[in-house]
Amino acid sequence: MKTLEEIKKDIESCYSDATVTVEGTSLVVPKERWLEVAKFLRTHPEYSLDYLSSVTGVDYKEYLEVVYHLYSIEKKEGPLAVKVRTDRQKGLVPSVTPFWRSAEFQEREAYDLVGIHFEGHPDLRRILMWDEFQYHPMRKDYVQEDQDRPEKEF
Amino acid sequence: MEYTLKDTPALETQTLEVSLGPQHPSTHGVFRMNVTLDGETILKLKPVMGYLHRNHEKLAENMSWLGSMPYTDRLDYICSMTNNFAYALAVEKLAGLQVPERAQYIRVIMAELTRLVNHTLLIGFLLNDLGAFFTPVLYAFREREKILDLFEAVAGSRMMCNYFRFGGVKVDVTSDFIPRVRQIINKYPKFLDEFEKLLSENEILMARCQNVGVLPKELAINAGISGPMLRASGVPYDVRKVDGYSIYNRFKFRVPIGEKGDVYDRYYIRILEMRESINILDQAIKEIPDGEFITKEGGVGARSPRNFKPPKGEAYGRIEAPKGELGFYLVSDGTMKPYRYHVRAPSFINLTVLEDMCLGQKVADAIIILGSIDIVLGEVDR
Amino acid sequence: MGTATNISQIDEGLRSELQKKGIFVSSLEDLYNWGRRSSIWPLQFGLACCAIEMIATACARYDIDRFGAGLFRPSPRQADLMIVAGTVTKKMAPQVVRLYNQMAEPKYCITMGACSISGGPFKDGYNVLKGIDRYIPVDVHLPGCPPRPEALLHGLMKLQQKIDSQEIEKTAWYQKGLKREFPVPEFGPNGLNPPYNPEVFTPEQHREITVG
Repeated sequence: MKTLEEIKKDIESCYSDATVTVEGTSLVVPKERWLEVAKFLRTHPEYSLDYLSSVTGVDYKEYLEVVYHLYSIEKKEGPLAVKVRTDRQKGLVPSVTPFWRSAEFQEREAYDLVGIHFEGHPDLRRILMWDEFQYHPMRKDYVQEDQDRPEKEF
Repeated sequence: MEYTLKDTPALETQTLEVSLGPQHPSTHGVFRMNVTLDGETILKLKPVMGYLHRNHEKLAENMSWLGSMPYTDRLDYICSMTNNFAYALAVEKLAGLQVPERAQYIRVIMAELTRLVNHTLLIGFLLNDLGAFFTPVLYAFREREKILDLFEAVAGSRMMCNYFRFGGVKVDVTSDFIPRVRQIINKYPKFLDEFEKLLSENEILMARCQNVGVLPKELAINAGISGPMLRASGVPYDVRKVDGYSIYNRFKFRVPIGEKGDVYDRYYIRILEMRESINILDQAIKEIPDGEFITKEGGVGARSPRNFKPPKGEAYGRIEAPKGELGFYLVSDGTMKPYRYHVRAPSFINLTVLEDMCLGQKVADAIIILGSIDIVLGEVDR
Repeated sequence: MGTATNISQIDEGLRSELQKKGIFVSSLEDLYNWGRRSSIWPLQFGLACCAIEMIATACARYDIDRFGAGLFRPSPRQADLMIVAGTVTKKMAPQVVRLYNQMAEPKYCITMGACSISGGPFKDGYNVLKGIDRYIPVDVHLPGCPPRPEALLHGLMKLQQKIDSQEIEKTAWYQKGLKREFPVPEFGPNGLNPPYNPEVFTPEQHREITVG
């Protein structure tokens, strides 16, 4: 597989105004361009990253981040880690479900637990917690209820 | 009054919504499916999960790196050894620890024994769902107990082994371990033959399983399906071969693939995989060297894991667990606790295509399609 | 003439005399309890890890059938015993309480494993209930993570002892005005509502520990 710098160059030659940066072992893509880059990585014959292994939502206190781990089954290559960042208040990130179906449940999980809203997701509901639940428990500032409190409190 | 069918006016029908689960004798644990039925045909199916959401990821963020190891046992509670394996692998990747030869072999032996346990149990449960109530499960549990005795002798616990450590394994195997593994792999093919004689060409099994729940190749790849399910759809993709993690590239084994991707293929591929696992075990116990069972180089990492602090960074480690690709995404901020700990659970992602496979099938088929995916709720909900 | 409520009230000599002639004397209560404890039908209801050990107990090696408890029923209406085998999450707790409510009297409950007793290793989780005894009464607590099949058999024998000690005239389910519907908790915005049923559970008071 190509190095991250080469991938960055390839992407930027295709989409001239996209600003992809390399951070450590992963590629950071601005969320506005993520759909185009995803399509490029998915369809470009040199990459054909057809297998989205894992989608992770991370809360970094100042911002939220979604980490995608991509593999190519055709070429038996990978992984390529791609990061997309978004703000904490709205947390909008375009959904990649049209390219990889495997994002369907994982994005729902990231929405449920971290509170990232995936635009264009066909069915963005809570998946693990119940519908009435109001918080996003995997955020660092989530406070648990006290199960020993005397009575109804809400 | 004479009543004949001819006189009946056309019946007005309507669709029926059924909630299967979370307490339902046939589902694998507390899994729920909301199904819309026309007669017995499935029109819509929505999985509902989270009934066993035990906050594994959140708990792991509040404890030491090694502290999460016993919790990984409880992810996929049938195969605790492989869960340990995946987590240890990810942390070793993060901290750059080397694993001594002997430990590598022990790990592979444990992982393949776990695969035997898992696939045997799965077939038992699948047949349970098919209506062969409890008989194949009895056979499966008989064999499982033999392997579990071995785990207990080595790790001290039957199910929740908590055996792997960063840079090796907890203790060296007992002196009679290798002969006992030899005994198991000598007898296992006979058991598999017996199992197959009972099941593989059974007419009911074939009628119920063939051409049911077909999963096409393209969809399987696109939906991130992994493990025996992906291979049953005809994709020769095995992380053991592709990544060659640990020492898997030293062993000769074949990757069985299916033709159609129906329930029968998924059943049969597991039988074949068990035979390959026996093959790997056979090679491993012949080649296992003497030596250290846990690394000394890792220093703090291995010998006193409570003060273990991997360097800042992140790692994604994955293995071919019996259910599919089990991955751990770990972010370290250089402290004693993980900053983010994410589990890529194979059963969870394999459920994505449940609706696609069930549409147009009968409701009884939905149960066996679910059974053939091989889910464990501890892993689906984490 | 009254009925003997306990076998020990019958004269020992008379009993052995009758037994020699082929007449077996027992009290109604002993017979009743013997019948009940020897045919406990558990609910086929697994939640998590412990359920696998529960199935192992039902299989050939441990064979729970020797104790008459091998007939796992899929419907709560037919079951006498609920083995809560595994972690009860907040999302699952209402269903567990509902299932227990649906069981016919007399009914018993074994909590299998640390999780269903107190939350166990997952105690600090935001979605984990700290023990099912917050909502329903529990007869036998069975520690372990997961308990070995032998431990489950031991728990079952303890339950049988409990059944043996019950008296017909005093048992709750023959009393008038029995109300054993336990309120089903509701989902709230950050947990269950109410957090526990005060009729069956009081949280532990934080005691001041003084040293010296």
